[in-house]
Amino acid sequence: MCLGIPGLVTELDPDGGQLASVDVSGAKRRVNIALLADEGVKVGDWVLIHVGFALARLDEEEAHRTIEMLEGMESAYYDELSAMGRSAAEPQAPPERVARQSK
Amino acid sequence: MSAASPPARTTPRPRAASRPEGVVTMAHGAGGKASHALVESVFLEAFSNPALAPLNDGAVLDIAGQDVAFTTDSFVVSPIFFPGGSLGDLAVNGTVNDLAACGAQPLALSAGFVIEEGFPVEDLARVVDAMGRSAQRAGVPIVTGDTKVVQRGKGDGCYVNTSGIGLVDRRATGLAASSARPGDAVIISGPIGDHGTAVLLARGELGISADVCSDTAPLNGLVAALLEAVGPAVHVLRDATRGGVATVLNEIAAASGAAIVLDEDDIPVRPQVAGVCELLGIDPLYVACEGRMVVVVARERAGEALRAMRSHPLGAGSAVIGRADADPAGLVLEETSFGGARVVDMLVGDPLPRIC
Amino acid sequence: MKFMEEYRDRNKATAVSAAIAELCEPGRRYKLMEVCGGHTYTIYKHGLEYYLPGAVELVHGPGCPVCVIPMGRVDDAISIARQDGVTMACFGDMARVPGSKGSFLRAKAEGADVRVVYSPMDALRIAIEEPARKVVFMAIGFETTAPSTALTLQRAKAMDVPNFSVFCNHVTIIPPLRAILDAPDVDIDGFVGPGHVSAVIGCKPYEVVTKEYNRPLVVSGFEPLDILQSVYMLMRQLASGRCEVENQYSRVVTWEGNPRALQAIEETMEPRPHFEWRGLGSIPLSALKLRDEFARFDAELIYQVPGVRVADPRACQCGQVLRGRLRPWECRVFAKACTPERPIGTCMVSSEGACAAFYNFGRLTRPERLAEARS
Repeated sequence: MCLGIPGLVTELDPDGGQLASVDVSGAKRRVNIALLADEGVKVGDWVLIHVGFALARLDEEEAHRTIEMLEGMESAYYDELSAMGRSAAEPQAPPERVARQSK
Repeated sequence: MSAASPPARTTPRPRAASRPEGVVTMAHGAGGKASHALVESVFLEAFSNPALAPLNDGAVLDIAGQDVAFTTDSFVVSPIFFPGGSLGDLAVNGTVNDLAACGAQPLALSAGFVIEEGFPVEDLARVVDAMGRSAQRAGVPIVTGDTKVVQRGKGDGCYVNTSGIGLVDRRATGLAASSARPGDAVIISGPIGDHGTAVLLARGELGISADVCSDTAPLNGLVAALLEAVGPAVHVLRDATRGGVATVLNEIAAASGAAIVLDEDDIPVRPQVAGVCELLGIDPLYVACEGRMVVVVARERAGEALRAMRSHPLGAGSAVIGRADADPAGLVLEETSFGGARVVDMLVGDPLPRIC
Repeated sequence: MKFMEEYRDRNKATAVSAAIAELCEPGRRYKLMEVCGGHTYTIYKHGLEYYLPGAVELVHGPGCPVCVIPMGRVDDAISIARQDGVTMACFGDMARVPGSKGSFLRAKAEGADVRVVYSPMDALRIAIEEPARKVVFMAIGFETTAPSTALTLQRAKAMDVPNFSVFCNHVTIIPPLRAILDAPDVDIDGFVGPGHVSAVIGCKPYEVVTKEYNRPLVVSGFEPLDILQSVYMLMRQLASGRCEVENQYSRVVTWEGNPRALQAIEETMEPRPHFEWRGLGSIPLSALKLRDEFARFDAELIYQVPGVRVADPRACQCGQVLRGRLRPWECRVFAKACTPERPIGTCMVSSEGACAAFYNFGRLTRPERLAEARS
């Protein structure tokens, strides 16, 4: 019911067929895109896959907006902590930002 | 109403001693809780003896003053041929690796076959050729064997059993699941979940394709290099097979009473394996490997151990994935990339794809 | 992995966590309910509760479509699976769910042809490839999954496949939400809305929660940061006295949802007058059955089933857990008589049930970190 994974459309079926090839980090599957017929799925689009069907197309702009909002909160938080650190009676180091390790 | 926070700790569950009811199911073969219940309530009960009791990958017997490791394994896989190998590779490498986990170089293997009537001779030859090649690669002769044929419909193609003996390396004293100590480092010899993923995709039922090969390989050379470098600092060696790394770690935690704490960021997983697992809702920690050794080593020697493993071709992807701790006793925890923590419990049966 | 890893960043989590804490009124406790098994799973798998201040509690509602199927109906499905010539195709989630006499996996061990499939189309494909088998697809799930079953039914009809049928157990989200809110002792402050159900039905249907019941609802994605951000948005509404449906998952969900998906459901299925929900009792118009035009694909009409109503064991307190009145560890049989290996009630049967998720993942958190997070 809830497991929906974003996948990249790599190939469409010829003659406007119902299937497309979708790639999730190297795992490939044919997915039924009939539910997105009104939106016109293109190669390079990201779609949400659930039990072999594409339910929605991912809106990259909205995704950016969400991340930006989160980034804004992140900056505000760490800036404030740095400022607190600088103005404290005893000097304190602000908490280290944890570096994201890539696999 | 009681407080919002859950109790801070629970004691590990006592071993299940009650015999499962009814019939044997696939869950009993998956390596997780159901398998353990079956082994403990049926086999351990009947065979009870000190060499068997620790339930390590192999038994170590004192024969004329020498520590001899002895192990057996049966191999069943569908499909029989898959990217990266075949039933034959599994049959040899699996037993070589169980001996390696006892700290032993393989001296000799036996091979028993149960073949279904109608199984193509060509396929049998391919399986056996693969066994011969794997045995050569591991440097061990297959010295004795047996063949039985069963009627069509009663055998699923071909089953293989291999048994093996080896002399335990003098530097591998005290190797056992129970030997993990708080402070030890936990190392895996390469990316997890390759084999189980490759076989699942090769069955073709899920319609997913990905560039994934089984990791089946003989690890005796890797173990020799490790023991050469740090010897008795290695406390536990276990090859992760069915049930994946999570199952082996739970066995170690339960046997030793230590906690195992993993760092999600440090666990190596190939992107395509991660992709398949995300699609199916499966956790790579529970997906089978066939050529990965879990090493628990004293913290002070962990750096050297890692270097020794990485310098071996089959250990190039080795990584420290966690540590043993005193608390919470007997459990496996993962500190997630996100920053929280979660319990990595023993599975009941095979990981199944989910939709929720 | 694109669209996933960015939402697992712990620095952002720390920042959002602090923002949530700042919105907590001193002395007030907040209870927010999520109604999606996928959310339950994410919360525990990533240890999300570490980031919640002690005053904010996330409880798990009836969001696991597997868990809420009554035992009697599972028995019915298993009895179909055991019939001669039947191949029962089901999702992995269903395979271990116990009826009163064992699960699908047990039936398989005893000779039934049960096959786990990834997609309903796979079940149809089996029917086409094996014309001698009578293939039955066990359809479960909320509105997220119903469109896929619908398209499969339409394909089966177009191709005139004679040996395929569906045992339909699809349920809908709004009626159980009402049932939770109609309970006399409800103390939930707001809802985290199910993101993938919403990809189909949109956000508008949730206005009943905000307008009739005065609780804010934020439709949430499934990565841990999504849920944390949704909690923040709920807290912001509560602090300012707003009560609206907001969409945190805007990269996937639109206000109107997916019209084609809704149309497919409409063309193939219709609401049942009543449906029994395990733990919650009978809820009107909360489940779907096949329309008359698809009667020849309706397993309920093709096969004889016992149709016996099996009551939950008396010790079971799932109803209260599902309504957020009891936490998993407060149930008298949690981890004692009721475990994932031997589940008594719905909350333990599937790994996204509140009790199973807590048992498998959350049973233990490092005590110091828990204390730190709550200070």
